[in-house]
Amino acid sequence: MMQTSAARRDLALAAIVVLLFVSVTAAFPKFARPGNLAEILDDSAILILLALGQMLVILTRVIDLSIAANLALSGMLVALLNKNYPGLGIGPVLLIAVVSGTLLGAINGLLVWRLKLPPIVVTLGTMSVYRGLIYLLSGGTWVNDNQMSPQFLGFIRYELLGLTLLSWLAIIGVAVFAVSMRYTVLGRNLYTAGGNPSAATYTGIDPGRMQCIAYTICGAIAGLCGYLWVARFAVAYTDIALGFELQVIAACLIGGVAIAGGIGTVAGVVLGCLFIGIIRNALPLIGISPFWQMGINGLVIVVAAVLSARRREQKRAILETQAA
Amino acid sequence: MAAAIQQAPAQPILTLTQVRKSFGGAHALRDANLELYPGQVTALIGENGAGKSTLVKILCGIHQPDGGELLLDGRPIRVRDPEHARQLGINVVHQECVVFDNLTVAENIFVSSRPRIGRFIAWREMRTRAAEILRQLDVSFSPDLPAGQLSVAQKHIVQIARALTSEARVLILDEPTAALSHREADDLFRIVRRLREAGCALLFISHKFEEIFALADRYVVFRDGTSVGHGMIAGTGSEQLIRLMVGRSVEQLFPKRETALGEELLRVENLSRAHEFDKVSFSVRQGETLGIYGLVGAGRTELAQCLFGLTAPDCGSIHVDGKAVSIATPADAVRHGLAYVPEDRQQQGAILPFSIAANVALTNLQSLARNGICSQHRESELATHWIAALGIKATGPEQSVGDLSGGNQQKVVIAKWLARSPRVLILDEPTKGIDVGAKSTVHGVTSAFAQRGNAVVMISSELPEILGMSDRILVMRRGRVRALLDRSEATAENVVQAATDA
Repeated sequence: MMQTSAARRDLALAAIVVLLFVSVTAAFPKFARPGNLAEILDDSAILILLALGQMLVILTRVIDLSIAANLALSGMLVALLNKNYPGLGIGPVLLIAVVSGTLLGAINGLLVWRLKLPPIVVTLGTMSVYRGLIYLLSGGTWVNDNQMSPQFLGFIRYELLGLTLLSWLAIIGVAVFAVSMRYTVLGRNLYTAGGNPSAATYTGIDPGRMQCIAYTICGAIAGLCGYLWVARFAVAYTDIALGFELQVIAACLIGGVAIAGGIGTVAGVVLGCLFIGIIRNALPLIGISPFWQMGINGLVIVVAAVLSARRREQKRAILETQAA
Repeated sequence: MAAAIQQAPAQPILTLTQVRKSFGGAHALRDANLELYPGQVTALIGENGAGKSTLVKILCGIHQPDGGELLLDGRPIRVRDPEHARQLGINVVHQECVVFDNLTVAENIFVSSRPRIGRFIAWREMRTRAAEILRQLDVSFSPDLPAGQLSVAQKHIVQIARALTSEARVLILDEPTAALSHREADDLFRIVRRLREAGCALLFISHKFEEIFALADRYVVFRDGTSVGHGMIAGTGSEQLIRLMVGRSVEQLFPKRETALGEELLRVENLSRAHEFDKVSFSVRQGETLGIYGLVGAGRTELAQCLFGLTAPDCGSIHVDGKAVSIATPADAVRHGLAYVPEDRQQQGAILPFSIAANVALTNLQSLARNGICSQHRESELATHWIAALGIKATGPEQSVGDLSGGNQQKVVIAKWLARSPRVLILDEPTKGIDVGAKSTVHGVTSAFAQRGNAVVMISSELPEILGMSDRILVMRRGRVRALLDRSEATAENVVQAATDA
């Protein structure tokens, strides 16, 4: 029951997220205030977008370790652009962020597809290269908020129906993904290619091409998030989002995306991100050091892995229940 | 029968003439000729390495031929890729199940032609049309089931259903029954016959002669990438086909040696394991070959794995040389003189990226390594000995096992164990998917092993092999022993009867 077992997993995760939310609220009623909820969403928006991109990549049995470096490089690019040409407006900024991210993602994709290189090696390599390029680009200097135009900073903070534009971007992203993954041939073929690459080849779907497409889309999202990140934190430097790729991958895994490919849902990934987001916001309230965040994420991943391994143990019975 | 011969159609749908294909200097196909007629089943027969799979891959567009011509309805064509093949009406049911376990049956059937409304997939239409096709095929599973829950036979049927989503003019079945039980194969054949009646041209690739004679109208025999003979099945004997394939006779296939039976070597009493097998008892004597027959899923492999310490029995006992032994791990089993050649040689038997020498040395490192230091030289010597002894076709002990043909890989796995001089050799489907020549070598080697005063336990789903090589035959069904027949009293009928009758 692919559909139903995935649905069951999503439901279980939803229950956990709700339980977590309720117990935090019970202790700290302020936690459930609309303002705080909107803040959690605003906080999680970039993670959600990135995790959706990473989900595509993991679905096709590869991984993108360079996702945060791509974000940082694209972010620095638009920050410098804005610093030098503050009058350009927000359109070109968004365009250049997405184009830059797409190209950087396509490089990963082509290396994995055309040269058949191992994805971990490729993206570990590009991760360092992209970081290095930021240094070359910026000369190691920072771009601070006073060097950014009000438009550049204000765009994602613009509020609509009580939510920031950043939050709306994440919501739109989730909607587009939910429809595409179920109702478009490309979306289904990503599952197909990752679920059984050799079978995909025999049915005329090139799994390598699917991986390349996944990397490219993931790159485009990372590029967009580059701008979002720089604008949200109002600063750009070489080390922004350093190590964030691990959070993104963790969100996917908590959300039930199988590292072996072919399995994962949009709902699961969103829940995985919200789980991380709630814990991140709740820990300081409870008075626990945020350093526990990684530990809790890790624990959840391991527990989820143990549970799904236990389920696989169920054996096929050969014996009849009674003697013939 | 007469009707089938009378309606010999005039024009083949698909014709291959002088097709050539080589991979880096090695000729996979030299001169392949083939004609497929509508409403007829053509059997493609040949040893492994004869070029059958290359031919299939050319027909479905995965490989492009180096030369020769493909004609569809008399017009030359080039099959660009599997999707293009499908559009031309050429469909393949591949040997290894090409099914997506995570997707539903309906999506599997329509995986390369999902019905759409505009840019969006029409799930409801997909489901209804899939249900309709499944009803045509007269099968009972639901289109909403994830394909991962299907049996191997049902997965093959899903592949056939895939062919029926468009006009299937040519259907190629690449060893579809290799992993099927008799009943499942019968279901498959029923569907194949119906497609034949509908005018589909079928190419049936199989190692099993009984199936070829039951199903095919015509045959074509391949040897070393060349089509060496073709004709009508009616009036042709298996002797003749085998001669065409290898230039060897049937007797040489099962070179069983006469042996003197000695002391009891292995005795199993009431061995049981929940959900797998129940109260299994048997014994094997020196010089004896015990065949274990049963359908796929009868619990034979599970029994072998338990004997070898891979799983723990719930109750029962194992005796070696008259003494009760406790076998909790494979290391225990090996210490008591047991050896196990598993069914899945690529995953469980050989380590494919390792050299022949490294594979053969695996079980013998303790004796090969003096003071704990391994010696490449001694490993290589050992491997060289076994390459010669088993006739392994290889460039030398350093060649990696992954580069060998299936039959030679199996010989390496057997050599690995024989090098340890075990007392009891347990073989699980030892000749599955390997060619006739390698088969007879494997049989010769195990028979000689038994003759030296050891015991062989051979699990097999191939009836001729079981009947040809066993001194006694144990028949299992649904985890229980249903019959224990002596070589003299065993016939194809009573063995199959015991294995299938509920």
